[in-house]
Amino acid sequence: MTGNLNGVMGEFWWPFAVILTGAAATYVWRALGIALSGRVGTDSRIFEWIACVAYALLAALIARMIIFPIGPLAETYLADRLGAAVGALAIYFLTRNNLLAGVSVGTAALVALTWSRTIF
Amino acid sequence: MYSRVLNGFRANLFKISLLCAGHAIALLTPAGSRHNIPQASHRSSMAEDLTTRDFGTARAALRGGARESFGVPMLVLCGSYLGFGALVRESGLAIWHGLFSTLTSWALPGQVALVELYSVGAPLLVIASAVALTNARLLPMAMTLMPTIRGANVPRWVYYATAHVIAVTGWAAAMRVCPTLPSEQRLAYFAGFSGTLWISTLGATAIGFALADTVPAYVTLGLVFLNPIYFMLVFASDLRQRSRMLALVFGTVIGPPLYLWSPDWSLVVAGLAAGTLAYGISAAREARS
Repeated sequence: MTGNLNGVMGEFWWPFAVILTGAAATYVWRALGIALSGRVGTDSRIFEWIACVAYALLAALIARMIIFPIGPLAETYLADRLGAAVGALAIYFLTRNNLLAGVSVGTAALVALTWSRTIF
Repeated sequence: MYSRVLNGFRANLFKISLLCAGHAIALLTPAGSRHNIPQASHRSSMAEDLTTRDFGTARAALRGGARESFGVPMLVLCGSYLGFGALVRESGLAIWHGLFSTLTSWALPGQVALVELYSVGAPLLVIASAVALTNARLLPMAMTLMPTIRGANVPRWVYYATAHVIAVTGWAAAMRVCPTLPSEQRLAYFAGFSGTLWISTLGATAIGFALADTVPAYVTLGLVFLNPIYFMLVFASDLRQRSRMLALVFGTVIGPPLYLWSPDWSLVVAGLAAGTLAYGISAAREARS
């Protein structure tokens, strides 16, 4: 199906349709939250399950972005990406959840590690 | 087989969302409130101060919110959107696709998931499900934000329009600041704060796209790596509740092997399998104790 529509709409217009679908799938949560605010209680097992699925999916996404990246990160070494990720986590917790420090150290570490490979 | 599982799940998800949406608050909002995005020092001292602030008018509160959005939150957010812009280019998409995505979605994890899944040729259904699941956190965030920004005599459509800019950074700021404001200034403050962030990230998306090809490859690497590191840290601080912590651990462990098995379906399957396992284990533990 994707292939056919892609063929009909072309490489330029088809992504807009995909992005718009994604936008709808995003906005629906926000609108639903507004619609339901103040009207529902807060105690359900089934929603805890949904929360778990959402969190597991995000974790899988993040792990995949680090372990099997696409684009430019695919050129870097897995060990470097994992090392930088661990470094970011360490700094983040050592600085008591300082996001800027963790993010800066993590990205700088990957750049430095990758660069150092070109020297040695 | 997986499409059947997925369809069933999506049907359930819709029903469940309608029926039980409120229960997400207890589960998901601690996550949001613990996103300790660092503030400039004068801002954090202000956060401790619970005395009422007054901008004078709603219009002034809108401007005040816009002014206060400048700071570390905007820096980290725009840095991440630079990375998103670069990712859009590396994925073979046009700058207009990136800008359209930031304009219409404005929820980074979902945007990245969409671009990555699209670039590996995933079917539309898989992309839509992954984006929807990735952004489910927006529901409890919107529900908890509403009472905080609600004012008198505001038409309902204004809330639905403002809902579009609900995202972690602005949400966290509004939850902290809005209760200290007169009620007629709260919505304006949030709109000014989040709206400014939204516009800024449009610029960051464009700049990131432009930078991806013109700056040294090492800088592009760092920008693209910002995305996963930013998400990882935001969720790493959220280890208080056992079921969610387990879900994060299981998802991390089974996600990559599943990706080798099926790039298209790994995220949805990993989410369902790891999430269900995490929920089952913590529910069983609760039942025993």
